[in-house]
Amino acid sequence: MSARAWVQWIAGPVLRARCEGAFALRESVSVGERSLLGEVVRIEGSEILVQVYEDTSGLRPGVEVRGSGLPLAITLGPGLLGGMFDGLLRPLGGVDVTHVRAGSQPVGAPALFEFRPRLAVGAQIVGGQVVAEARRGEAPAQRILSPPDCAGEILEIAAAGQHADDAIICRVRALDGREHGFAMRQGWPVRTPRPVRRRLPTNAPLVTGQRIIDSLFPVALGGKAAIPGGFGTGKTVLLEALARGCSADVIIYLGCGERGNEIAGVLEEFPTLIDPRNGRPMMERTVIIANTSNMPVAAREASIYSAVTVAEHFRDQGLHVALMADSTSRWAEALREVSGRFGELPGEGGYPAYLASRLADFYERAGLVETLGGETGSVTLIGAVSPPSGDFSEPVTNHTKRYVKAFWVLDVNRAHARFYPAIHPLNSYSENAQDFVAWWATQGNDAWWSLRRRFLSLLEEQARLQRMARIIGKDALPPRQQLTLLNADLLNEAILRQSAFSPVDRIAAPAKQAAMMRLVARWMDLALESLDAGVDLGAISTLPCLRSLARMGEEIGNEDMPKFDALLARMETEFAALGATGSSSAS
Amino acid sequence: MHPLLLVEHAAQKLDGPLLFLKRTLDVGLGDAVEIRGVDGRARLGRIAAIDQDTLTIEVLESTAGLDLEHSVVRFRGEPLSFQLGPGILGRIFNGVGQVIDGGPPIAAQGHYPIDGLPMNPVARALPRDFIETGISAIDVLNSLVRGQKLPIFSGGGLPHDRLASEIASHARLRGDSGGDFAIVFCGIGLPFDSAEHFRSALQASGALERTALFLNLASDSSTQRLLTPRYALTAAEYLAFVEGKHVLVILTDMTNYCEALREVSSSKGEIPARKGFPGYLYSDLASLYERAGCLRGQPGTLTQLSILTMPADDIGHPIPDLTGFITEGQIVLSRELNRRGLAPPIAVLPSLSRLAKDGTGGSYTHPDHPALASQLYASYARAVQTRVLASVVGEEGLAESDRRYLVFGEAFESQLVHQIGPRSLEQSMAVGWRLLASLPWHELTRLSDRQIAEHLGSAAP
Ligand SMILES: Nc1ncnc2c1ncn2[C@@H]1O[C@H](COP(=O)(O)OP(=O)(O)O)[C@@H](O)[C@H]1O
Ligand SMILES: [Mg+2]
Repeated sequence: MSARAWVQWIAGPVLRARCEGAFALRESVSVGERSLLGEVVRIEGSEILVQVYEDTSGLRPGVEVRGSGLPLAITLGPGLLGGMFDGLLRPLGGVDVTHVRAGSQPVGAPALFEFRPRLAVGAQIVGGQVVAEARRGEAPAQRILSPPDCAGEILEIAAAGQHADDAIICRVRALDGREHGFAMRQGWPVRTPRPVRRRLPTNAPLVTGQRIIDSLFPVALGGKAAIPGGFGTGKTVLLEALARGCSADVIIYLGCGERGNEIAGVLEEFPTLIDPRNGRPMMERTVIIANTSNMPVAAREASIYSAVTVAEHFRDQGLHVALMADSTSRWAEALREVSGRFGELPGEGGYPAYLASRLADFYERAGLVETLGGETGSVTLIGAVSPPSGDFSEPVTNHTKRYVKAFWVLDVNRAHARFYPAIHPLNSYSENAQDFVAWWATQGNDAWWSLRRRFLSLLEEQARLQRMARIIGKDALPPRQQLTLLNADLLNEAILRQSAFSPVDRIAAPAKQAAMMRLVARWMDLALESLDAGVDLGAISTLPCLRSLARMGEEIGNEDMPKFDALLARMETEFAALGATGSSSAS
Repeated sequence: MHPLLLVEHAAQKLDGPLLFLKRTLDVGLGDAVEIRGVDGRARLGRIAAIDQDTLTIEVLESTAGLDLEHSVVRFRGEPLSFQLGPGILGRIFNGVGQVIDGGPPIAAQGHYPIDGLPMNPVARALPRDFIETGISAIDVLNSLVRGQKLPIFSGGGLPHDRLASEIASHARLRGDSGGDFAIVFCGIGLPFDSAEHFRSALQASGALERTALFLNLASDSSTQRLLTPRYALTAAEYLAFVEGKHVLVILTDMTNYCEALREVSSSKGEIPARKGFPGYLYSDLASLYERAGCLRGQPGTLTQLSILTMPADDIGHPIPDLTGFITEGQIVLSRELNRRGLAPPIAVLPSLSRLAKDGTGGSYTHPDHPALASQLYASYARAVQTRVLASVVGEEGLAESDRRYLVFGEAFESQLVHQIGPRSLEQSMAVGWRLLASLPWHELTRLSDRQIAEHLGSAAP
């Protein structure tokens, strides 16, 4: 018999109710005739405070609140891939459902999957072990695991064939003699991290296909990164580019308090994109969770936990998962709004004092792990941060910075010049870049670390010289320094700039990135040699190959690697020709 | 139908726009009420909070003239809604959807809750149809598409009204007569002369009979401002998704809306976030702005052009800042360009249209349109940077190559941004190519060799 309560007080997304029977903290409840979903967030004597995840318009005092006896949970299973869900992982419905209404269905209708057991009756299993596979249509097979707390001997397992994802497919006798059955679909409390056997140190990058990230500020597979930036600086487009191009097996795309049209854009594009690794539509490796800015605010707060729980669900199958959260600031604001309605004491920026610990808890759920079943899987977390007025000293940006390892700061001046991605190379960083030296060597780029160092110091030198030029004028700089500025321009234009909409350049494979780094470095060597040999800077800066270098990303695709060699040869020839005139004039 | 419930003698406290009633019956959060005072006038309100003993009513019109003794509250038993039907175009409404042009009432076919419902993102169609506004800085550089929400960030005294009415009068799809096009004009706290400016501009262009005007004037109650855009957007949704029209909604001035929200919030004693605005300003604005868009399989569209004046010309102020985080870009007006007599005084660098990428290029406009825009941005940004440098070291301190950009920057502003009369997209693009031709071609790295050869003529500068 579950507990009941009656509404006393309502304000926005929160209500207070007087109870009969005991509620537990974080228990999921259902409110009123429309069965609005809510969660108990505080208990005070015989009163509970409930956060309601749907529009509360029309709720009245006296309305009944029914307890579920269980914590707020979402339903995980093989039906998630390719799907679109709201912040509590309820299906958003198809095209015919034009508007989102309160009281939507809790889980999707059961679906049939082609089931194939991997283990037989009598096998001993541990929690989180692969017991079967399931697939639907042509989509790749997914693994079906035993629930994390379910270990023992298999008493029964369904035969190969079509089974509904909510039907019991396996029965187990636990060590204590009790019997458990489970289905392909399983619930999990959203706020509880799913267990793993152990965490592993990260040693490889998540390959993103974005040059400035992979080559300068890489994020680990199983790492955590943040993208802070004011409006219009390119957070969303960058996250979408990562979702499209990164090397993860599964992408969770969370639109948290952002635009409906952006979700529509992803939905329109992803089914048409082909995953180069298996030739299947990109949508099949993607789960979209959308709680747009006009959807209920409390669900925005929960959506980030739903998303990371879904990520862990796939990680536990031994997959590498990347979660793109756009935007974590909207989640923090939802936290602030709900906390304000409870009358909690506001801290810094009006946010509740527990903002920092909640952010830490969230980013802690990233990692490379050994799963309970003994596989290797990972969750990489990448969150956009939207600081008010683009001021990075605000609490959400500040605290996030403490917990992430890669920090990609978007710069408004770069964005104004339509220089994308607008990641500022001097303010951004990657704490564990050095861990990836060996990985880059396996990609044929032994010199990665030294090239990266060289490029970063060039950019620093550029900033210093620009400050000087502002005082004495650029013309007054000695030729070597003017060359440094020219080189830095080239580095920016050729390597750091990469349009997310260019069919050729939107994803740069590691080999292409390595080739481009080498070409730019070679240019720098040759240009300096020529200058030192007495060639006029003007002659160097008008070499035809300079323009080709600046545009090589745009002109040369991942499959055209020989063209980089051809460009290199052309560059050598052009410099050689200069050298001839240069040395003759010097003699 | 809900029974209408009347309550008398229950008022306990009046505080600014809030009326506190002893709770004698069960009513729902957000339900509409009417409060009739001793003056006999009915005012709209809604239930803002409910607890065991008290109902908090947000009175959405002036509370002046109300008292505790005589106030009679009528409960409608449902949220505020708007009765709509054919024939709303050409009509004038006040800020709460009542006809004020002396004509007959609207023959209602349905009643629509004014808060609307959030569109299911899955059911949205991506806006893609390029709208030619006739303004180069928009058409070439920050293209507007049907179903977009694109605000104008302006400042007091800048010609945003003129820009908005020009767009409303000239906007058309290319190769299209305009189709089933309608305008919903929503004045929020508008001075009478601004309202009149729009009305006469729309009349002059012949668009008035396709326009529904909603007017909350500066002299009207400020709390009513919270309702006006909701009535106007409900009418716009009706026109777009029931009648299947392409609707352009002009909301002006959103700053007045936000200030009214701040006023009501502070009278409720809510903890403010930035500059006294409530922490939910973002979500509240989103509940208006997100009502723009297109739905799959539906012929109509809803495009929003809202105007806001940035307090102290500060783009970092919460009103423009939060707006920019929700809308699909922004057109920023510059006081400096206006002072220099450029019209429209659009500050190109901070302006942005996020949907331009979906509605330009390829089959939408011209295949080279995106590259042209990108190159113009890059070159103009360099020009502006050079200008800053020149202001410190003097023009003599600049390299020859930089001096060229100074000239380019001037020409860009006086020839591309500044214009007399509307231009077609082709005309606007031609200006852009001509300007770029004056720069060293090897520096135009956002253009391909083919684009340079094709558009910049054969003679290198
Ligand atoms: N990597 C990119 N490549 C090309 N264009 C970009 C890129 N990033 C941003 N943009 C442009 O900038 C606009 C704003 O980017 P968006 O990601 O929506 O900003 P934010 O999410 O930070 O507000 C986009 O509509 C697009 O035109
Ligand atoms: Mg964004």
